[in-house]
Amino acid sequence: MVLDNIPYIPVADGVDWFVDKITDWFSFVFDPIKDGFGWLLDNSADYLAMVPPIFIIILVAILAFFLSGKKFGLAAFTIVGLIFVQNQGLWEELMFTFTLVFYASLISVLVGIPVGILMSKSKLAESIITPVLDFMQTMPAFVYLIPAVAFFGIGMVPGVFASFIFATPPVVRFTNLGIRQVSKELVEASDAFGATGNQKLFKVELPMAKRTIMAGVNQTVMLSLSMVVIASMIGAPGLGREVLSALQRADAGPGFVAGFGIVILAIIIDRFTQNLNKEK
Amino acid sequence: MPIKVENLSKIFGKKTKEATRLLDEGYSKEEVLEKTGCTVGVNRATFEVEEGEIFVIMGLSGSGKSTLVRLLNRLIEPTEGSVEIDGQNLATMNKENLREIRRTKMSMVFQKFALFPFRTVLDNAEFGLEVQGIEKEERTQKAKEALDLVGLGGYANQYPSQLSGGMQQRVGLARALTNDPEVLLMDEAFSALDPLIRKDMQDELLDLQETMKKTIVFITHDLDEALRIGDRIALMKDGSIVQVGTPEEILINPANDYVEKFVEDVDRSKVLTADKIMKRPETVDYDKHGPRVALERMREQGLSSIFVTDRSRNLKGYVTAEDARKAREEGVSQLSSIMKDDMPTVDLDTSIQDIFNVIHDAPVPVVVTEDGKLRGVIVRGAVIAALADGNEVNGDGA
Ligand SMILES: Nc1ncnc2c1ncn2[C@@H]1O[C@H](COP(=O)(O)OP(=O)(O)OP(=O)(O)O)[C@@H](O)[C@H]1O
Ligand SMILES: [Mg+2]
Repeated sequence: MVLDNIPYIPVADGVDWFVDKITDWFSFVFDPIKDGFGWLLDNSADYLAMVPPIFIIILVAILAFFLSGKKFGLAAFTIVGLIFVQNQGLWEELMFTFTLVFYASLISVLVGIPVGILMSKSKLAESIITPVLDFMQTMPAFVYLIPAVAFFGIGMVPGVFASFIFATPPVVRFTNLGIRQVSKELVEASDAFGATGNQKLFKVELPMAKRTIMAGVNQTVMLSLSMVVIASMIGAPGLGREVLSALQRADAGPGFVAGFGIVILAIIIDRFTQNLNKEK
Repeated sequence: MPIKVENLSKIFGKKTKEATRLLDEGYSKEEVLEKTGCTVGVNRATFEVEEGEIFVIMGLSGSGKSTLVRLLNRLIEPTEGSVEIDGQNLATMNKENLREIRRTKMSMVFQKFALFPFRTVLDNAEFGLEVQGIEKEERTQKAKEALDLVGLGGYANQYPSQLSGGMQQRVGLARALTNDPEVLLMDEAFSALDPLIRKDMQDELLDLQETMKKTIVFITHDLDEALRIGDRIALMKDGSIVQVGTPEEILINPANDYVEKFVEDVDRSKVLTADKIMKRPETVDYDKHGPRVALERMREQGLSSIFVTDRSRNLKGYVTAEDARKAREEGVSQLSSIMKDDMPTVDLDTSIQDIFNVIHDAPVPVVVTEDGKLRGVIVRGAVIAALADGNEVNGDGA
């Protein structure tokens, strides 16, 4: 066979070498991140877990009430759901998971929106970044765990890192889309009145694209949440770890309960970000 | 001279050099597209817009009107040529200067209004001053003045979506006026409005223009609109300007078949006026002539009545052939005793439509006067001919 004559290409070795080298070369970047960010994550989660659950439940319920336009549905769900989690002894795990999701999606959004803006302004940037995003999204999420561990050891930080890679693409794409969708006449109007590039962006394009961008943020947050569960495989604490250990013990009951906790968190976060978007 | 456009071209596509060459060799827009893949947007437009006039650019869809108006404020980069505003060439100036001109000298009104939906009416009107960094207080005051001008003073805190189309376009107009620009560019500003509102807006623009005296470049594909509001009209076809002139020049002397065709279905009655269709009147002199002369003249010209004027052509009345014959038989020598004065009288600029209404049951032709002096007469046939088809209407009067 002709094909057999092609020598084996050592891609895997190459990637190994690459990850090793990156780890070596950039350890002066990774190590402080690991320590500093790790400290921040741990402390945030610890402090959050120290707050009496009842305060958090009331606070979230009030927020839910106002965010959903003074309706009781979401607030009621929030109260019942959170009391259930507390009742099942998973409160601390919930706080850890929430902390991870919060920071992971915050970083995704802080990086993703500017990148999306860049894409919308430059054809070249768009043509380079689009395939990168495709790659980031289609690669099985587990794969990111490997370099994440190499760079940041185990724990919450690599979880955030893996989640960042997996969850950032939607907010980038939606930001790009939202800005490109702004009607040509509105862009012309702002140019015709002599707006600078920045004025156009902040006074016209971003406000017009806000809804689309927020839809991207919502997706990014939901993807972070799903990744945070996977990240428990590299030692990230939280509800995901409960699911994982129940899986390892083939213990359906506790697995189901922890999974249910994740669903509750997901629904609350989803409705919150969606209602933020509806606000005028 | 606020705007002076010379050899302004826009070719969309890559091979603009080749396309320009082909155009110079006389190839048509279609042929250029076929040979080079380039679309001719505007082809060597040259014209001047005078201060304080409403200059209408008219043409069918795709003739390049929007492209041309966007070349005037360089929303579209010209391929060739120059646009001078107050002696500065927009086509070559740097970004900062261009922005300054856009901020202070020219504003634009858009076909689909292009209002910012998340801003209130007032904030929309303030936009132009806001990007200039003008203090909130000052810009609010100016924006309110502009809103008052277009009759929307009470709607400052509404959002555009809460207003009707006509009101939205008033906001668009107010936004453009807040900057107090010299030049207003209006791209089919009223085309999205329904016909009645559209008429109102046209009238309102004309009213505003009475006091503002802006230089307005107004794009439309509607000849009626062009004729109503234009001081001068430029006609475009396939990116070229084929004729520039006053509404009457365009109607009466279409430069070529294209213009003629465009003009064909306009309702002429609205634009042709008395002076365009009147004939030189046959008259007799009140002081010098009697019934005898009058009768003789009428017979020569085959008329059944004749007008009477004094020496300085002030209109006195008319005599009919029948009365003149009687007077001759009875030996009366003065015209005054048989003269009548119930002839319908119109002014030089009365429209054909109005003439048509009075000529209907008039005993004699309609007379056209200016300060009491007889200038011409209009016979029924001329009005009907003009209403039917304007080509042969030129009388030998005036
Ligand atoms: N961005 C563009 N890229 C390529 N071709 C264009 C572009 N904009 C306009 N054209 C072409 O230029 C020509 C003139 O278009 P333009 O929009 O100026 O016409 P218009 O007279 O305003 O028509 P309408 O009455 O439909 O608005 C058309 O053939 C159009 O297809
Ligand atoms: Mg157009």
